Amino acid sequence: MLEILTSILVRTVVAGTPLLLGTMGEVVTERAGILNLGIEGMMSFGAVTGFIVTFTTGNPWLGMMAAIIAGALISLIHAFVTVSLRANQVVSGLALTMLGIGLSGLWGKPYIGRPLSVKMHAIEIPFLSKIPILGKVLFYQDAYFYLSVGLGILVWFVMKHTKVGITVRSVGENPKAAETMGINVTMVKYLCVMIGGAFAGMAGAHLSTAYSKSWIEGMTSGRGWIVIALTIFALWEPSKAFIGAYVFGGIFVIQYVLQPLGISPNLLAMLPYLTTLGVLLFYGLSSKGQRKMSAPATLGEPYIRGSR
Amino acid sequence: MERIEILEMKDITKSFIGVKANQDVNLVIEKGDILGLLGENGAGKTTLMNVLYGLYHPDKGHIIVNGKPLYLRSPKDSMKAGIGMIHQHFMLVQKHTVLENIALGFDEAPFFFPQRYMRKQIEEYSQKFGLNVDPNKKIWELSAGEQQRVEILKTLIRNADLLIMDEPTSVLTPQEAEELFDILRKMINNGHSVILISHKLEEITSICNRVMVMRKGKVTGTALIKDVSKVDLARMMIGRELSGSLEKKEVKPGKPMLEVSNLSVNSDQGLPIVQNLGFNVLWGEIFGIAGVSGNGQREMVEAITGLRKSVTGSVSLEGKDITNLTARDIHNRGISHVPEERIKFGTVANLPFFENSVLKKHHKTPFSNRMLMNYPNIRDHAKNLVAKYNVDAASISVPVKNLSGGNIQKLILGREISSEPNLLIAAHPTYGLDVGAAEFIRKELINCRDRGGSVLLVSEDLEELFQVCDRIAVMFEGRIMGIVDPNNCNIDGIGLMMAGLEQQNQGENI
Repeated sequence: MLEILTSILVRTVVAGTPLLLGTMGEVVTERAGILNLGIEGMMSFGAVTGFIVTFTTGNPWLGMMAAIIAGALISLIHAFVTVSLRANQVVSGLALTMLGIGLSGLWGKPYIGRPLSVKMHAIEIPFLSKIPILGKVLFYQDAYFYLSVGLGILVWFVMKHTKVGITVRSVGENPKAAETMGINVTMVKYLCVMIGGAFAGMAGAHLSTAYSKSWIEGMTSGRGWIVIALTIFALWEPSKAFIGAYVFGGIFVIQYVLQPLGISPNLLAMLPYLTTLGVLLFYGLSSKGQRKMSAPATLGEPYIRGSR
Repeated sequence: MERIEILEMKDITKSFIGVKANQDVNLVIEKGDILGLLGENGAGKTTLMNVLYGLYHPDKGHIIVNGKPLYLRSPKDSMKAGIGMIHQHFMLVQKHTVLENIALGFDEAPFFFPQRYMRKQIEEYSQKFGLNVDPNKKIWELSAGEQQRVEILKTLIRNADLLIMDEPTSVLTPQEAEELFDILRKMINNGHSVILISHKLEEITSICNRVMVMRKGKVTGTALIKDVSKVDLARMMIGRELSGSLEKKEVKPGKPMLEVSNLSVNSDQGLPIVQNLGFNVLWGEIFGIAGVSGNGQREMVEAITGLRKSVTGSVSLEGKDITNLTARDIHNRGISHVPEERIKFGTVANLPFFENSVLKKHHKTPFSNRMLMNYPNIRDHAKNLVAKYNVDAASISVPVKNLSGGNIQKLILGREISSEPNLLIAAHPTYGLDVGAAEFIRKELINCRDRGGSVLLVSEDLEELFQVCDRIAVMFEGRIMGIVDPNNCNIDGIGLMMAGLEQQNQGENI
């Protein structure tokens, strides 16, 4: 029994890792007022880039770096279209999703069915990994897990306790106020979109070089959309993104646990979205909750300098 | 850093697409001054201050501080020079705390834990100037007065020596305004100086030591407060060059068309803005409402036309009560409305001209036939409007947003008059229009009256009111200060009423 529990928890944390990475990125992007629905595409693009680089160099760390850069670069399209050209953010994000999935399918084609010889190995932290249950869950994971936790804490800290955090949040809430205080709104928005892209790329590389070690077309299988739901679930707060990522990771794992009991996998696949709806309902029912629930005030709106 | 001892603006000229908003304006302010900048809306006060704040670049002229020229490329430069501006609409992030708002974009705040550093600063400045604000509160939890204090703190902590305030009391309760004045007095005792933009005479005379009056982009007078009377100021503010009235048919005013009594209305902030207001508009007359905007005119019009609920009082049309009916009901009973923001409320800017030409009656025959729109009839109606009101439109299919202001206004007025209303309510119908279009609109208002209808005209333009109205009421802080006959009254009296002084014996009262 204990072994089953441990194994479920280990798999929960592994499944939660790409969700946590993606959500941290989207939280940063949306806090700056830009909605990026292109996560699924950026993740796929990161996954294929990470896989190809790891495949050719034999070094999964290089694969990770390449995926981060690839994610940031492809998100630049979204930044240019929505910030500079002030186009509709929903349309641009959806286009980015299709572009990313399409490009990754094309470039990944020759690599289908050719597994990696190396993948990101689990790192055992001495002593701590010997703690019963938790040791295996928290201290015997691959580098992506430790990095995602570290970066998550970093994002939380920067957003809450630094001047940069105040700047980013103000840009999303009231860009005009930020501009009159001498902040370059355009630059902040570009950077935040690119940070979101970098996180999504990294999440993708986790899927292709750590979670599994092969490239399959469409291997992100909707995780990008779950990230969007998770960002709302977390109410745009990095601290809640941690909870959300592992709860949703757990739901992923539960699907496999419950399937043998005869529950339709299609029903179980709905769980993340149902949970999000449930949370929105829960907060929506109280006025205090409603205030908490409100998205960054200018999310999705283009900012036009000098307009009233 | 060197403090501002004396600041001069010399020969400032600034034009917007041909309109001179400022023309050769000179301004001097010294340490310890509270300078009142007085003038009607559109007189160029805000433009001048935006030049001083670095938001606009003047076409001509320059700024000199302590004898040295100062070049401003952006608000950041003016902040560095010690100039701070508080806009009428606060530039605050509603969901953030006071601390976070003050730390935003502040170079001296440390990278890590800026909130902690700001807390000390805020406490220090709060005590020095009596600016009491809880630094941990979120902006949305604060009253307008407290939010204004946050804005003041923001500029003071950034070492502003000269504070520009644009209509600072317009969002405050009288008590909050008193508190603000106490704060300003403490500031000048500390060697700061303040420029106060206002159109309230009372306010200027009670807090300022010097005053500068502007009218149509030019300075019409500067003086020490102790040397001028309110009458002098009112005269400088409204000028004297009034032309005679336009040609009108002789119409005997009849029974009351619109009766408003005891009307009280709240502003968007929930504060009382129209208080126990009463007047009648008679059959066959143009009744004008003069006054500086922001004194409750908009809310009053909205209450009469059903766009806003009144708190107390009644409105009736031809003796029938129409208080707080829906806008459509009131329109159907014969009140047409030309609203003050013609693009935002008068039209649907993205729809074509012909669809805009039938708004409010689009659901009725002959323009619609239960389910379907009757486009041939709609287009005919639009073509008629174009011909009758001289609208200059490329075709009747262009979106309204592509038309000029004058043509949009002709469209709205034509649409409203064509339904032959008993009462036409027009709010600032000629604001921002060129002379030709404005004259056309005024003549149409008179035509509407000559046909036997009544018109309620709300305007800031005294010249316009004198040209077209049969009677003029002056509104101030939600009340009617007095009603005058334009053919027989003295202009100083109107100026005083506009500035909030009780009516003195002037002209004939009706």
